[in-house]
Amino acid sequence: MADAVRGFAIIAGAWVRSALSYRTSFAIGTGVQFVITFLDFAAIIIMFSHIDAFGGFSIAQIALLYAMSGFALGAADMLVGNSESLGRRIRDGSFDQMLVRPVPALAQVAADRFAIRRIGRIAQSGGVLIWAVWAAPIDWSVARVVVLVGAMACGSVIFCAVFVMGGAFQVFAGDAAEVSNAFTYGGNTLTQYPLTIYPNELVKGVTFIVPLAFVNWYPGLYVLGMDDPFGLPGWLRFASPVAALAFVAVAAAFWRTAVRHYRSTGS
Amino acid sequence: MSAIIEVDDLRRTFVVRRRRSRMRRERHEVHAVDGVSFDIGTGEAVGYIGPNGAGKSTTVKMLTGILVPTSGRLRVAGLDPSARRTELARHIGVVFGQRTGLWWDLPLRDSYELLGRIYRVPRRTYEANLERFVDLLDLGPLLDQPVRQLSLGQRMRGDIVAALLHDPRILYLDEPTIGLDVVSKAKLRQFLRELNGERGTTILLTTHDLVDIEQVCRRVMVIDHGRLVFDGGFDELHRLGDARRTVVVDLAAPADPLTVPGATVSRVDGSRQWLTLPAGATAAPVVAALGARDDLIDLSIQEPAIEDVITALYTR
Repeated sequence: MADAVRGFAIIAGAWVRSALSYRTSFAIGTGVQFVITFLDFAAIIIMFSHIDAFGGFSIAQIALLYAMSGFALGAADMLVGNSESLGRRIRDGSFDQMLVRPVPALAQVAADRFAIRRIGRIAQSGGVLIWAVWAAPIDWSVARVVVLVGAMACGSVIFCAVFVMGGAFQVFAGDAAEVSNAFTYGGNTLTQYPLTIYPNELVKGVTFIVPLAFVNWYPGLYVLGMDDPFGLPGWLRFASPVAALAFVAVAAAFWRTAVRHYRSTGS
Repeated sequence: MSAIIEVDDLRRTFVVRRRRSRMRRERHEVHAVDGVSFDIGTGEAVGYIGPNGAGKSTTVKMLTGILVPTSGRLRVAGLDPSARRTELARHIGVVFGQRTGLWWDLPLRDSYELLGRIYRVPRRTYEANLERFVDLLDLGPLLDQPVRQLSLGQRMRGDIVAALLHDPRILYLDEPTIGLDVVSKAKLRQFLRELNGERGTTILLTTHDLVDIEQVCRRVMVIDHGRLVFDGGFDELHRLGDARRTVVVDLAAPADPLTVPGATVSRVDGSRQWLTLPAGATAAPVVAALGARDDLIDLSIQEPAIEDVITALYTR
């Protein structure tokens, strides 16, 4: 683990230095990321110019869910989003090169081409979060602050696990970045809205199968002081760390299996 | 001499699904490496040759830990490669001829700097190694160029330096001279000889070019259809494999078969003649004798192809 973190820091650091040496390019890249993700939220604002509540949630309440999910995806994307490129790396043979270096392969896949401009998405979510915290009717307490901050950390971990599983899947299925996108960016879009607008089966799916509801929905309900519209047990609101740990364990096992079954390409 | 690489009954099977018809697919097993055993001693330089698809790369990928063997026992520097891959990485250097281990967009120097830190090479060792290898391989003027701007030969030399910065005990080279010009090939072989002779680095070289083997390795292993069909000295391979070189001569006009000491005419086609040299003989006296003729227009030397040597091994 220490080797992985150290290797990640060395390689990612080189990419950050290289990105920052072209300041204009970095500023434009980050700015564009910020604007694109902002337009995403603008759609929600426009929607609320026609309605007052959506799925039983006001715009400020939705903004909180949106920001929690956006932050988690943004952080995960920046840290391990590059694992999506594993299919390409397998095809061009650069994954073989990574496997013969003294740093865990996942750390190298994640750190290579580390894109600091992805901080744009995190910044945008941070902006929305500040507004939501100010505008939404929240009865603040220490517990609510802890749950909010903890959920953002656990949410990032959950999305990291989704990215890693998507990468590992490509060992078996060739270049299947789209499959993993469905769960990462798709999962982000899904959790931007209150789950009340979705069918019951989907809610069960994102609770018990791919635990995306623990990124923002359950902890968000607690922070907002709302009851679970689906009537699921109340302790689920505090279960994000458990969901994150369990999902990471599954992702790690899947990754290890994938590397053991890696067949390389002819040379 | 203790063994640094021990391979015992190594096998690797791939399951391939072949399309039988539009709907049906058939499972099919391919034995890429099918019961290979050998030991390589510390400081040996060994050539590993065979036709395409014979199992060379699959063997090397198992030795480096990239692929998990289907069965068999494998120890490299005392470690089981696939189980302790990242640990083994510190003891080995790997150069895949067709690919690069360098960062495409970074200057060569930055790639080396990064590798030095990844491998935790002590500063003084790093600087000494960089200076020495860069000097030996003439890379000095290229250090500040991004890797993508380097020619194939320059990049290959760059990759070899990258694989050696951490003083590996074993160097694997996969087709290191493919696509290089004659001068680059000669320089590279000279460098590998020195590395093996002076530093005692164990070298395992896969190649299609028998001259690579002749000039770098004392021992050759030949693999075909996943099995070792030969393991011994280069001279013995020449003798058994009947690996004779051929001098192709173009004359001004059709002539009777030439009589040149040290060579025999094996074929005549109009004004062109093929002269065969005995295994292991040098071509210089024959070329000199031919050069003295005033009806000589052109002359070339053909090296024996690996495929021919292997065919001869089977038919001995």
